[in-house]
Amino acid sequence: MPFEVIVAGVMVASLVLYALLGGADYGGGVWDLFAFGPRARRQRELIAEAISPVWEANHVWLILVIVVLFTAFPPAFATIATALHIPLTLMLIGIVLRGTAFTFRTYDVQRDDVQRRWSLIFSIASIITPILLGTILGAIASGTIRVENGAVTSGFLRSWLAPFPFAVGFFALALFAFLAAVYLTVEAPERELQEDFRWRALLSGVVVGLLALTVFILAKTGAPTVRAGISRTWWALGLHILTAIFATSAFVALWTRRYRIARFCAAAQVTMILLGWAFAQFPNLVEPDITITSAAAPPLTLELLLGALVLGAIVLFPSYYYLFRIFKLTRSGG
Amino acid sequence: MDDLLAARSQMAMSLAFHIIFAAIGIAMPALMVIAEWKWLRTKEDVYLTLAQRWAKGTAILFAVGAVSGTVLSFELGLLWPAFMGYAGAIIGMPFSLEGFAFFTEGIFLGIYLYGWKRVPPRAHLFAGVMVAVSGTLSGIFVVIANAWMNAPTGFRLVDGKPVDIDPIAGMLNPAAFGQTLHMTLAAYAATGFVVAGIHAFMLRRDPHNHFHKAALGIALVVGGVAAIVQPFSGDLIAKSVAKTQPVKLAAFEGQFQTEKGAPLRIGGLPDEAARETRHAIEIPYGLSLLAYGDPQSVVKGLNDFPTDVHPPVAIVHVSFQIMVACGVAMMLVSLWAAWRFLRGRRDRKWADSKWFLRAIVIAAPLGFVAIETGWTVTEVGRQPWIIYGVMRTAEAVTPMPGLVVPFVTFTVLYIFLAIITVFLLLRQVAASPKVPEPKVTEARVAV
Repeated sequence: MPFEVIVAGVMVASLVLYALLGGADYGGGVWDLFAFGPRARRQRELIAEAISPVWEANHVWLILVIVVLFTAFPPAFATIATALHIPLTLMLIGIVLRGTAFTFRTYDVQRDDVQRRWSLIFSIASIITPILLGTILGAIASGTIRVENGAVTSGFLRSWLAPFPFAVGFFALALFAFLAAVYLTVEAPERELQEDFRWRALLSGVVVGLLALTVFILAKTGAPTVRAGISRTWWALGLHILTAIFATSAFVALWTRRYRIARFCAAAQVTMILLGWAFAQFPNLVEPDITITSAAAPPLTLELLLGALVLGAIVLFPSYYYLFRIFKLTRSGG
Repeated sequence: MDDLLAARSQMAMSLAFHIIFAAIGIAMPALMVIAEWKWLRTKEDVYLTLAQRWAKGTAILFAVGAVSGTVLSFELGLLWPAFMGYAGAIIGMPFSLEGFAFFTEGIFLGIYLYGWKRVPPRAHLFAGVMVAVSGTLSGIFVVIANAWMNAPTGFRLVDGKPVDIDPIAGMLNPAAFGQTLHMTLAAYAATGFVVAGIHAFMLRRDPHNHFHKAALGIALVVGGVAAIVQPFSGDLIAKSVAKTQPVKLAAFEGQFQTEKGAPLRIGGLPDEAARETRHAIEIPYGLSLLAYGDPQSVVKGLNDFPTDVHPPVAIVHVSFQIMVACGVAMMLVSLWAAWRFLRGRRDRKWADSKWFLRAIVIAAPLGFVAIETGWTVTEVGRQPWIIYGVMRTAEAVTPMPGLVVPFVTFTVLYIFLAIITVFLLLRQVAASPKVPEPKVTEARVAV
């Protein structure tokens, strides 16, 4: 397999991990906004406990996607950063406000009105950022970013200010909220809290399904080539079946209160969705003008980058496992 | 404001903001680890309290640093897409390595901040060491990429396009060693001085609080050693700039005429229209000696370069003077501290001087003033190039119109964050723990 394809694969893998880990941190922010009922305070505390030790590490997956993109596929990065300047800038503001408001809340006065103010900024930023992230990915898939002689010719608005990218944005938000709710059922120490997040998970699971359908319908005109990829080829069928199996299993597991199984299935479901998109778009990095091969950096850069990625992974994965063992695996559900 | 100026302003503002948090992120973990290590060794609770207090401040600052750093990694493309399209394959390498260093930092910081009760003490200390090491490494990798912009290597230009790209050669560019050393030392010196200043201030109000004295000791050792070594690394950079970017060196010094045995100018204001630097104290042969190690060597002046490759001379020269002045002042305070340490170790009275504490308080912000002006020197001094001698900043800017909007937006956002951060840190400082001074005799027995 050519190096550039492997590097592109690493990028997709990082994006999947960002969705599964960083995405769930945004989802936590969503549930912070929708914390209500007699246990609203406990819900917020649980969300904060779950996010605090890990969000900064989880956030780095996005940085990894970006640095691999601009190292291995510089023209693709230049194109995306130009055509999607506006949504990227808005997303950055969201990222800044989410992270800082969350931290400020922890270290500011523990008075209700002060805490509420930071919670509001934190949770609204947690909602807007995934929508923008999804919109950006949707625009990249839509085929409306056009490039001639290395210059973007499709302007700064057309590619993302459309129904399809925004549908993908809301879909991303729903997925992240779903993941967070499912994870929190496992991490909740008491039964009532588990129930709170169980029905939140079930509800957001339904929303995920509805939005998936909306995205698929809108893709007919909004992202025709990627939709064709999703609906025609043999492997797409396999991925569809897997997505459906995991989605159904996650639902059944939630229904029957098998939370660990639900967590695995929900994560697998999101992974399959992202892989399905990646395969459908292959070999295009930015539909339709930039391919993995046309944007690839020279072979030496790719070789060295792969070497760095392998070395980095050797340090990273044991450390990451250690982090999660300390804060996530020692806590048992129920 | 035209779009190029807006883009440059946004980049400058983002960097000026982020560098403060980045520098603290490099050095603060070292202070925490030293405090915690002293606690494990001496079992004096004051050091544990200290490590935990510092960790709280670091948590706030690290979060702001992490998100403002993310903004920068995107801004490279948002503002300078042509630069990244051109250079990504060459300097992406250090950024990728930085990605992993940042990862390690984030992971172990999580363990450090939230794992006090969850991991054994030695594992906790190890997490702190990992944060300190990976924080320093991430700084080094990013500065390597910046150094490449000053001294681009690792490729050949053919028809305006880079070919034969060698990212390793790009990382080993001639500016890399001096710049990374200078910035790493700067981070330790600046952070050490700010922390020392805060605790010196509290010690003035509460002279017998052992907590602040312990804190002051650690901060001064870290900041002071770095500040004493720093001028040597500065000399190293000046010599490398003289070789790789002679026009920049001329701007540092406000040197308009090419001159044999050029003087070192202290202060002064360059007049770019009249092409002379006025009101400077001139030390004969100083510049020739410092730049080339020979008082009779020839220093090329700005007049020998076409004006379209001149950086804005006045800004660069004045910033350079401020940086050097801050550095010298910090070195002197550090030497004073070293002398007091050596003389007053036994009676533990090294900190009992009103004037000494006052000097430390006054010197507290100097390190960060030096960092900001130092980056102004290197970045403005590289203009009009984004890649020195290869690509002009104006060629790299995005075609996106209306860039003044994101510039103003991010400026307002960052001012807001700065105010909140300062407010929260002041709250931390104000909640100063009371730790009585241990009796000297008891301490001896305990050891």
